[in-house]
Amino acid sequence: MDTLRRTVLKGASASGVLVAALAAGLLKPTQVLATEWNKVAFEAKDTPAAMKAVGAATAAESKDLKLTAPDIAENGAVVPVDVSSGIANTISISIFVDKNPNPLSAAFDFANGALPDVSMRLKMGQTSIVRAVAKTADGKFYTASKEVKVTAGGCGG
Amino acid sequence: MGSPMKIRAQMKGDVADIKILMAHTMETGQRKDPKTNQAIPAHFIQQFSVEVGGKAVVQSQTGPSISTNPVFGFKVKGAKAGDKVVVKWQDNKGDSRADEATVA
Amino acid sequence: MRQALIAATAFALALATQPVVAQNKPAPAATAKKAAKPAAAAPVEEKDAATVEFEKFRTMMEESNPAELFEAQGEDFWKSIRGPKQVSLATSCDLGLGVGIVKGAYVQMPRYFADAGKVMDAERRIVWCMIEKQGFKEADIMKQPFASGSYTPEPTSLVTYVAANSKDMKFAVPLKDPRVKEVYEIGREVTNHRAGPYDFSCNTCHGADGKRIRMQNLPNIATPKGATTAVMGWPGYRMTGGVMLTQQWRMGDCFRQQRFPQPKYVSDTITSLLTYMTANANGATYKGPGIKR
Ligand code: HEC
Repeated sequence: MDTLRRTVLKGASASGVLVAALAAGLLKPTQVLATEWNKVAFEAKDTPAAMKAVGAATAAESKDLKLTAPDIAENGAVVPVDVSSGIANTISISIFVDKNPNPLSAAFDFANGALPDVSMRLKMGQTSIVRAVAKTADGKFYTASKEVKVTAGGCGG
Repeated sequence: MGSPMKIRAQMKGDVADIKILMAHTMETGQRKDPKTNQAIPAHFIQQFSVEVGGKAVVQSQTGPSISTNPVFGFKVKGAKAGDKVVVKWQDNKGDSRADEATVA
Repeated sequence: MRQALIAATAFALALATQPVVAQNKPAPAATAKKAAKPAAAAPVEEKDAATVEFEKFRTMMEESNPAELFEAQGEDFWKSIRGPKQVSLATSCDLGLGVGIVKGAYVQMPRYFADAGKVMDAERRIVWCMIEKQGFKEADIMKQPFASGSYTPEPTSLVTYVAANSKDMKFAVPLKDPRVKEVYEIGREVTNHRAGPYDFSCNTCHGADGKRIRMQNLPNIATPKGATTAVMGWPGYRMTGGVMLTQQWRMGDCFRQQRFPQPKYVSDTITSLLTYMTANANGATYKGPGIKR
């Protein structure tokens, strides 16, 4: 199992092995990484439902949560977004795009010195509110948002 | 399928600035092939993890609205030059990939 | 829809006596789609809010350009033993500065290659090496020369790698070489050649300063400034579709815009255009593979 796992993690050359292992029921995809993908949250159709699914049904607006994104994105296929939390003991950050078919884009857990600061690029189908939600170690949620105008949608390819 | 990632990790003061470029189509599942008019199945990275110096620092879950060929940036305090950075991802079809770099 | 849009664009251009100038304000998503019609003339050098935002956006994008992924792939292709003849390009391909030398080669192409008896641009030279040195079949390379979806042709990654190795170097197409100069002159003529259903030439769209279609600035390729814009950022990572595209693709696409039959991949026509534009940009500093909308 240990060798298999190592081979699997090597990637490209091992993907045949991975498929075989999966077929044989030796390995669930979730065993490669520690956690289980939050299907309910990622497949939720609106932001409130998605927030609920990550446990953040109620989140307070916070100025200490900074969300940086362009006012206008030249191309909705790649909208650069940067989220940085100044709230003490922030342990996770998630990002939602209200008008996307499935608003939840990503969720990050931080540990062992990782600062609650992440940059990424998102697809946006149309002009929308982009929202960040931060969670603190004591289970509280905070939110910040910004509207990003999109001139060409990112979902048509 | 798993092409190499590009990982850059650079110390800025006592914080390592980590930039990760992943090669992945991040197909949403909502597009149609213009030629065949068939829906193109969703194919996207669902999880990735970042380790620095042997310790897990970031654990992430992602949906298909992350841009094609994803780019992520993180900051890790207390890392030092020479630390190994390992990034692993896994997608919804069971493909996976791991690459590493050294903090400079 | 796309056809209609191009036709509309073409029609608007054919009628426009004034340079085509896009609206001054960022258009909301819905109207931007049909914004191919020329709007009221406005001073073009004055940057509007959208242009400023887009430039900021580009800078953010260029900080981590996915083109690097293709550069890495190209480096791997360049150094690996491949093809029916089982040789690497690194030990067989001369990009003009000696076999295997990549540094600075891109900004000095197109140039004349005695072994091929032709002036060649970078991509064409790479394809030539793949065929002549590595034994790849021309027909296979021609089958799908441009990226689409998750497919990236090998020459695209290779040219990205080669181009990246001329980052921060000055364009220096050897125009003193009479064979290069001749191809340059042909390129100039091609840009002036009007034909097709709309009687267009490259210069209809790219022959004056300050022209635009929708939100896109169309560089005047006859001037050093415009030519610099035209060759800068290629090969480029195209945000739309998330694919890496080369100048060969850009030229083919402009022939389509022009309603001309598309020239063959890595043909004389395209080399002549690239020679003309790149030499007009001589002296400008190449910033490496870029980001395109
Ligand atoms: C019908 C108008 C039209 C014609 C004719 C045309 N082009 Fe273009 N050209 C465009 C458009 C539109 C773009 C895309 C601009 C963009 O997306 O930023 C473009 C882009 C380019 C670019 C890239 C510019 C950049 O900033 O990256 C080059 C180079 C170019 N054209 C050269 C040519 C050449 C050479 C010809 C003649 C063979 C030609 N074009 C004919 C409309 C045209």
